[in-house]
Amino acid sequence: MAEKIIVRVSGVTKNFDLGKIVVEVLKGIDLEIEEGKYLSIMGPSGSGKSTLFNMIGGLDKPTSGKVFIDEVDIAQLDAYELAWLRCRKIGYIFQTFNLIPVMTALENVTLPMTFAGMSNDDAIEQGMGLLKQVGLDGRHAHKPTELSGGQQQRVAVARALANSPAIVLADEPTGNLDLKTGEDIIDLLKELSSERKVTVISATHDYKMLNVSDQVIWIRDGRVEKIQDRDELEIRTGGLE
Amino acid sequence: MKRLIALPFKKSLEIAFQSIRVRFFRSLVTTMSLVLAVAFLCYMRASNDLAQAVLATGDIDAIQVLVKAGYDIVPGAESIATSAKQRWIVTLSLLVCIVGIINAQLMSVTERFREIGTMKCLGALDRFVVRLFVLEALMQGLAGSLTGAVLGVIGATLSSSLDLGVLVFSSFPWPAIALTVIISVVVGTSLSLLGVIYPAIIAARMQPVEAMRQEQ
Repeated sequence: MAEKIIVRVSGVTKNFDLGKIVVEVLKGIDLEIEEGKYLSIMGPSGSGKSTLFNMIGGLDKPTSGKVFIDEVDIAQLDAYELAWLRCRKIGYIFQTFNLIPVMTALENVTLPMTFAGMSNDDAIEQGMGLLKQVGLDGRHAHKPTELSGGQQQRVAVARALANSPAIVLADEPTGNLDLKTGEDIIDLLKELSSERKVTVISATHDYKMLNVSDQVIWIRDGRVEKIQDRDELEIRTGGLE
Repeated sequence: MKRLIALPFKKSLEIAFQSIRVRFFRSLVTTMSLVLAVAFLCYMRASNDLAQAVLATGDIDAIQVLVKAGYDIVPGAESIATSAKQRWIVTLSLLVCIVGIINAQLMSVTERFREIGTMKCLGALDRFVVRLFVLEALMQGLAGSLTGAVLGVIGATLSSSLDLGVLVFSSFPWPAIALTVIISVVVGTSLSLLGVIYPAIIAARMQPVEAMRQEQ
């Protein structure tokens, strides 16, 4: 069955100009990501996976090459359209959670809905629903500092799903969490992605992520080393254990 | 589909107010220099208003008291002008105050880099960020300059009553004092807004990636 391609990356390179030297971080990446997949970008630190992640999320512009989201070249978008894309199409989850410290859990979740023009009552209702779904029932009035790391990341997951995006981008979502909490977050992501048919793309070097991924993209030294589907993977992870 | 990104005004007010409340101490420091400068401006003007009201009674004894208190009164004059030196000091204090505000607001922007970056990742437009900062400055400006103006008037009344005695109260110039308070509040609020423009633009122009790269 031909799935719809939601993200297409073609010939993307990225150089960072550090004054005296120019560092080539990405050296030509081509990718096609199908809708509804749970996908991991794996690679050692410094391999360029975070940079690639930023490109896909429209947070940074490639030096050359193009990124298409839903067949729209994001380099062609103006600031307004880009904001719309970030608000409606993409949900972000970060390693450092990045909740807004002055707001409560519920306000953090409803902020993107407010940006999307939803009325206050609807936003609160939907926000409460999302918080319940991520298992934070009754914690809606807590500030981020009053929540544990795992709970903060749950709020971030709920926030990423606020406007029912097509894509959730997670940059090392388990990087700051202990083993058990990290597993919980991974399970939560997997559950939500299959339930809501959201494409989840996570940049990670957490091997726990492999078990739930439909597809793994290995990045090494700014290039795609290999792309593995789930069935090829299980033999490998089985062999490791 | 309508590509709409919005932040209703009421919501912006709420967010700005919450920001000030949560960072109350930081806001207090920012506002304090404004309170002092406005209090000084208001004190100068109000003292002058009071002296003028005493002069306007036309009482010979009252004029004697004024002269004794150190006011230069040309015989036959109907008003007391602020001296050039007074105006200079007030101008200088306002200048120092605005530099202080810019400094404090720049600090606050740096502190909130990550927060601003996150908001932009969630779809905030540049002008939302500017609006939040301007609203915060407006609230701080209004609160700070009102406090300053009240302090200035109280200070001026007390010190004038020490110099000029009960005459100050019998001839208390309500309209002139009210005008002074209004002028001080307007000046103070404008200073606060002027001080936030540059920091707010820096905050709004920041790319989300840069903001994320910052250490917390």
